[in-house]
Amino acid sequence: MDDYQFGFHDPTDKYVFKSRRGLDREIVYQISELKKEPKWMRDFRISSLETFFQKPMPSWGGAVEEIDFQNIFYYMKAAANLEKSWEDVPEDIRKTYDRLGIPEAEKKYLAGVKAQYESEVIYGSLQEDLAKQGVLFTDTDSALRDHPDLFREYFGKIIPPNDNKFAALNSAVWSGGSFIYVPPGVKIEFPLQAYFRINSENMGQFERTLIIVDEGASAHYVEGCTAPTYSSESLHSAVVEIVVKRGGRFRYTTIQNWSNNVYNLVTKRAMAYGDSLMEWVDGNLGSKLTMKYPSIYLMEPGARGETLSIAFANHGQHQDAGAKMVHCAPNTSSRVVSKSISKGGGRASYRGLVKVEKGATNCKSNVVCDALILDSKSRSDTYPYIEAEDDQISLEHEASVSKIGEEQLFYLMSRGMTEAEASAMIVTGFIEPLVKELPMEYAVEMNRLIELQMEGSVG
Amino acid sequence: MSAILKISDLRVAVEGKPILKGVNLEIRQGEIHALMGPNGCGKSTLAYVVAGHPKYEITGGAIELDGVNVLELDPCQRARLGIFLAFQYPVTIPGVKVSDFLRHAVSNVRNPDRKEGEGLIPMKDFRKELKDRMSEIDIDSEFARRYLNDGFSGGEKKRMEILQLSLLRPRFAILDETDSGLDSDAVRAVSEGINKLHGPHMGVLIITHHERLLEFNKPSFTHVMLAGKIVETGDASLAHDLHANGYAAVRERHPAEAAEEQAVTVKA
Repeated sequence: MDDYQFGFHDPTDKYVFKSRRGLDREIVYQISELKKEPKWMRDFRISSLETFFQKPMPSWGGAVEEIDFQNIFYYMKAAANLEKSWEDVPEDIRKTYDRLGIPEAEKKYLAGVKAQYESEVIYGSLQEDLAKQGVLFTDTDSALRDHPDLFREYFGKIIPPNDNKFAALNSAVWSGGSFIYVPPGVKIEFPLQAYFRINSENMGQFERTLIIVDEGASAHYVEGCTAPTYSSESLHSAVVEIVVKRGGRFRYTTIQNWSNNVYNLVTKRAMAYGDSLMEWVDGNLGSKLTMKYPSIYLMEPGARGETLSIAFANHGQHQDAGAKMVHCAPNTSSRVVSKSISKGGGRASYRGLVKVEKGATNCKSNVVCDALILDSKSRSDTYPYIEAEDDQISLEHEASVSKIGEEQLFYLMSRGMTEAEASAMIVTGFIEPLVKELPMEYAVEMNRLIELQMEGSVG
Repeated sequence: MSAILKISDLRVAVEGKPILKGVNLEIRQGEIHALMGPNGCGKSTLAYVVAGHPKYEITGGAIELDGVNVLELDPCQRARLGIFLAFQYPVTIPGVKVSDFLRHAVSNVRNPDRKEGEGLIPMKDFRKELKDRMSEIDIDSEFARRYLNDGFSGGEKKRMEILQLSLLRPRFAILDETDSGLDSDAVRAVSEGINKLHGPHMGVLIITHHERLLEFNKPSFTHVMLAGKIVETGDASLAHDLHANGYAAVRERHPAEAAEEQAVTVKA
């Protein structure tokens, strides 16, 4: 796409380490060796690799069978160290993050930042007062080294390697990602942000994120992602595990803007305990194919889960996104609001599951999916699944599909808007109920990205 | 020098069916014209065609603004040229705030060469102007933050059209039944609004069934449309007469058009 503005890339000749292409036991050993990991992690990786090889490719969703796993680089390290000051980050990489606006945003409104470039986190910061209160915000590799007990208690417990083929792949070759621990009662006011950047062609990025929000604590984490535009594909396959303990609140916001050659196959799951609130705000604008269904397991009474999902599928893109809500305890509630837009032959699918376990009485779930189709070439599908093993529950599902209205376009154009501007305005209005939930800076960013998608789109 | 909006022998069809059958009309900046006629005679079609609605097929004739061929322009270019239509049924745009919409509209119309994504008029100036215009036509400033026409009453929507008119300051404005469906207070507010805006730089075409809007905005010319043609033109007293006595006399004076009107009605 001409209008993708993050399609530039840096030279790779100064990289500290680059694995050969392809995936086998030797590569996995090599990654573990380079990271000087304990034996249990190496064993975990090897057994996950076996699981990955054994599991069949999913036959539903998008065209994953086109991925050539042996053509991918599974590990690349671009910089020798994780830096605490941008000045110490190698110049090429620093410039890239400058262009992405990260250091500037950090100064203005972030409580902490992690920047991952290829396989490793190359920059990290956290406000001093948060560190003093016992907040941990580090890359996941450092967490394994520096907080081994806390790490091992949760790692791979929320999403075990055999959960699905791509979770197994991530478990075998994971590198980087964020590790967050918020101690009981600590409330973090400003967002913590991670920014994931792929730079090389045929790169595989497999970050692994683990977040523990202790009792009565609260935090907001935001991730952004971009990649250069190449003619052949890269793969991003992350695993994100979250625990929100009793009375905690956590919001995880994603603004995914990968270039159109990236397969984005991500497993995200949170476990929400008594009276806690877990929220996913999931914006999918980029990638060739995204398959991502952030899920919330409502483990104890009073737990609430909410997913707000925005998907924009443009030419050559398939966004297969949605949400899963699993009610494991009585008196739990969930809400899903999904807005999808398809344009220029793109395909947006909502795929969601609401599951109520036996004995989970008095649960409430409300799912609303709205799709906007901008032209006759584009496609929208809805796949809502409901599995209820208890009948004292309230489940609501509403879905709507609309085409952009000729009368709306005419009205706006008769006020001096070009056709593209009018369409963009209608689309922006369509997602406004979700965008207004975002902090101002991210709302502005989201609207700007939507406008970019809409530019030059119409005759 | 005042500009002229010139409509000559305009012929328009919808799905092959002729609606306008040779309309001639000239409006100069500063003039008020009233356009009256029974339901279905083509008044709203004329309004939409001047504004550029894509569903109408132009089968003949011309529309020119100071010699510029308006028919070649899309609705956006027409708006930037200074044509404005106050809609009979304003459209709802969910999620788009009135102030954002208006700021874009004003930026485009005042800077006709503006491309998408280029700068908008400064927020500070715009806010002040918007606030002033809203208070002039008695719209609560809270409406600036609401979504465009979303949940507005009929009267609120019409006032919103007048607000747009006052901000965009077109050279030619067509008001399509701006008074319909309003109670007398709302008509008064809208009428006064138009009266304040009208001046030597704006030509106005008021399409109406009623006389109320015309009491405040006395037309220099009244046109009567019947079966897709303007059959009579007079002064303000013609509007008064039509309002008092209906279209029977007009039909008697123009039996050919009345017969055509009949035929269309029967067929429908």
